[in-house]
Amino acid sequence: MNKILEKRRLSNDVYLMRFEAPLIASERRAGQFLIIQIDTDFGERIPLTIADADPREGSITIIFQAVGMTTRRLAEKNAGDTLENVLGPLGQPTHIENFGHAVCVGGGIGVAPLHPIAQALKAAGNKLTVIMGARNKDLIILEDQMRALADEVILCTDDGSAGLKALVTQPLKELCEGPAKPDLVVAIGPPIMMKFCAETTRPYGVKTMVSLNTIMVDGTGMCGGCRVNVGGKTRFVCVDGPEFDGHLVDFDNMLLRLQSYKGREEKDRHKCQIGLETPQAGA
Amino acid sequence: MHVTREDLDTQARTVLGTLKPTLTPKERLTLPPQPMPSRDPVERRTSMAEVAEGYTPAQAQLEANRCLQCKNAPCIAGCPVHIDIPGFLAKAAQGDFKGALGVIQQSSLLPAICGRVCPQEVQCQAPCTVGKSLKSLDKAVSIGRVERFVADLAREENSASVPNCAPATGKRVAVVGSGPASVSAAADLRRWGHEVTILEAFHKPGGVLVYGIPEFRLPKAIVAQEMDNLKAMGVQFQTNFLVGRTRKLKDLLDKDGYDAVFIGSGAGLPKFMHIDGENLVGVFSANEYLTRCNLMKAYDSDRSATPIYQSQRVAVLGGGNVAMDAARSALRLGAQEVSIIYRRSEQEMPARREEVEHAKEEGVRFLTLHNAQRILGDEKGRVKNVELLAYELGEPDASGRRSPVPIRGSESLLEVDTVIVAIGNDSNPLLRQTTPELEVNKNGNFVVDDEGRTSLDRVWAGGDIVLGAATVILAMGQGRAAAASIHRRLSSEA
Repeated sequence: MNKILEKRRLSNDVYLMRFEAPLIASERRAGQFLIIQIDTDFGERIPLTIADADPREGSITIIFQAVGMTTRRLAEKNAGDTLENVLGPLGQPTHIENFGHAVCVGGGIGVAPLHPIAQALKAAGNKLTVIMGARNKDLIILEDQMRALADEVILCTDDGSAGLKALVTQPLKELCEGPAKPDLVVAIGPPIMMKFCAETTRPYGVKTMVSLNTIMVDGTGMCGGCRVNVGGKTRFVCVDGPEFDGHLVDFDNMLLRLQSYKGREEKDRHKCQIGLETPQAGA
Repeated sequence: MHVTREDLDTQARTVLGTLKPTLTPKERLTLPPQPMPSRDPVERRTSMAEVAEGYTPAQAQLEANRCLQCKNAPCIAGCPVHIDIPGFLAKAAQGDFKGALGVIQQSSLLPAICGRVCPQEVQCQAPCTVGKSLKSLDKAVSIGRVERFVADLAREENSASVPNCAPATGKRVAVVGSGPASVSAAADLRRWGHEVTILEAFHKPGGVLVYGIPEFRLPKAIVAQEMDNLKAMGVQFQTNFLVGRTRKLKDLLDKDGYDAVFIGSGAGLPKFMHIDGENLVGVFSANEYLTRCNLMKAYDSDRSATPIYQSQRVAVLGGGNVAMDAARSALRLGAQEVSIIYRRSEQEMPARREEVEHAKEEGVRFLTLHNAQRILGDEKGRVKNVELLAYELGEPDASGRRSPVPIRGSESLLEVDTVIVAIGNDSNPLLRQTTPELEVNKNGNFVVDDEGRTSLDRVWAGGDIVLGAATVILAMGQGRAAAASIHRRLSSEA
């Protein structure tokens, strides 16, 4: 049982949650993730990334978007409640060294898992540029934390309500063409964003790591549901990843596989909305 | 024609009523072999309830009377944990079912489970003199069915007692995983007075017994009861604990104060065929398909949050128990047509005989001597066809089975929307990646000596992580051997 210490709403449907998980807090490294399940008998297991950890307090922080059945139920929990099942830290940690100039690109909620990686890259001595993208200014998360960390932060929004009115690939391309060409790019966000970040850097030969968030059941290598094609080989995101060389990932196949349960998800969203209406009206 | 349990019971009672108090071996050989009562195939293919209903008391007693009590007891040699089979059958033949269970429990801890999932026809029942005399393996004494009966009876009557544990030794043992190898090791170690903690990665204990083997073959309530028995003995469970990640293996010994570790983490990395189209939408490992269905209860779509693919036409690649489980699960989840694709003939299939028969009765199609060449998809990347190649049997290969030889130009297309790959597991890389000191073989399985000791001091291993994909009973045997070795070591240090 993991006691929730804090829950905060960061934007419309994005939440921050800090909860007790002493072993995970002390063992986790940048780039690793968790599996969370809310109801032991009938809940689903979903992968979520770790945004921060405090080994002294024995707590970890997650930032998630309430979009599916389980994340919506998670968003209903509050400080003092407990999470029944949290497994982690899972996956291979990010390979951290002083590459020189590291550029971290985060899209939407992807800024959350990017945060510990940016921290670790900075701590290793890299010059750090962070490119953050969101649909509009209300959906930007962790801006202060990233500004405190990075040598430069470039903000992009789709509607221009904050920073540049641009996609993250535009400043990324400019950096690749400019005098301070990146030595490493780490891109985390929606699959389509990661795909186009990889396409942007490919002509410049800039190594680009992406962190994949595929469908998973166990998160320990047992089910193979998370498999992706990387450089012509089948790899498991949970034990071989979650980070891979973005230039080798078959994003098109991954995007198709992410749609495997689309019909069911839509049905749940419908059901879920109905269920949520009553408590929200009363709140 | 389906015969009901009631009819089988009436027949058995009639025969039982005419038995003389003592029977000659010749008379025993004339007693009718007792079939396993099963639910009607038409009704059961849409239900998760257990298919094999279990013997009635009369059937169990009659079947036990078929045993000749051979002096050399070839059946015992065929049992991986050497249960005194004639001993327990002699008691069951007298109607002393509690006594029979007592005999089994001297050697096996999970009779209700082994009675259901052991491949008896290649173990204890293979060398049975009755089968040999009647010139049919199918007519051997159904040892497993009687075993299951006496275990179920005790559970239903709540008469199985929690084993006594020796006084605390002060020694602590971590058991990694909670499948058959681990629970066997845990039970023995606890009985000898050691403090035992099971560390399980999933949110529920039981390992393959809960995620892999379906409800209709092994009801989860039975597994839960076995876990409760362990808890009653004082075994502690920590779920959501992945050794190698949540804690490094060596930290369990160096930092957490455990005196020994047993690893029974299983063979958890599904094999794929490495053919074209294997990453299309609608291709699943049997592990994933079965885990969604069993552990995550996706069959109960009103209550379970875990989705499962809605299939109409399914191809299952493989011929083992897991393939049968996946095929029969697919039927129960609503598939109209399910085909087993297996490249050898039915005779070579590694699945339990009873599972093959049950699958056939339920309408699973068997495309033996066929293998998948590639999987074809539609414009949305979803499975559309599987291309098959026909095979014929050639000379025996290294496994002793006749090797399948492809027939040139025999390609054909099977229209399917789902492909389930059930061709076994490789060893999970996690522990060897995070514990480089552990010696593994070329398949990644842990190398152990005959007591289950790994290359790391104080670390033992058993079950599929050592054997590759094997059986529940072999895993149990290894768990117990390792437990005995751990006990010797810890006692010598007391």
